[in-house]
Amino acid sequence: MVLEYALRFLAGGIAVSAFAMLGDTLRPKSFAGLFGAAPSIALATLLITLSHKGAPFAAVEGRSMIVGAFALASYSWVVCVLLKKYLLSSWTATTAAMVIWFVTALGGSAVLFQVP
Amino acid sequence: MIVQFNPSAFGQTRWNEYFVRFVLGGTMTVVAGLLAARFGPVVGGLFLAFPAIFPASATLIEKHVRERKEKAGLRGARRGKEAAALDAAGAALGSFGLAAFGLVIWLLIVRSPAWALALAAVSWLAVAMLAWQVRRRV
Repeated sequence: MVLEYALRFLAGGIAVSAFAMLGDTLRPKSFAGLFGAAPSIALATLLITLSHKGAPFAAVEGRSMIVGAFALASYSWVVCVLLKKYLLSSWTATTAAMVIWFVTALGGSAVLFQVP
Repeated sequence: MIVQFNPSAFGQTRWNEYFVRFVLGGTMTVVAGLLAARFGPVVGGLFLAFPAIFPASATLIEKHVRERKEKAGLRGARRGKEAAALDAAGAALGSFGLAAFGLVIWLLIVRSPAWALALAAVSWLAVAMLAWQVRRRV
């Protein structure tokens, strides 16, 4: 159990850092931003999920991830507006907009899958 | 507009900034696993698209651009925010790629896990780049 979560931490840290570093080196900024929505956590998680819980469990996670991705699109768009139009600091805009992700993701999941 | 690769950007990021991203990414992966174990794959899957390192990344972008512009004698505060906003706009487009990734995993992973992961990664990149191209032309 501890080993599994240590492995998750390592795999997630490496995957997220790798995509973030790649994004740092790309121009224009809007293109580099694509890597802000890279499947870094998903790749690290799904590989471990496959070996521990099996493919059907991973398939359900993939289906939910579609809803999570649309929540991420809403979140990113709101962050963009808060930064451009209201000139909030990046930290304020990105943390304040978290509520959008939670409402969209959990709301979407409740409507589509009756969970949670 | 041509996409450019600028390896000198590595030098702008300090080791502690890389460390913060590593810890946040690792922590979020652990949290996603714990949530899936506690509440099941439906809730766990949502958190595979959680913007865990977004605040740290956006703050770094704003800071780096602001510092660069101020070094050049320009007013950097607004330019820093604009750069972070552009990055966020890119992430919004990239999210469609992430949805494609999830779709491929959902439909194919039971049949062929290795192919599903490979095809999902390719789908993410293809859809994200297509969305970016379409946005540029509109």
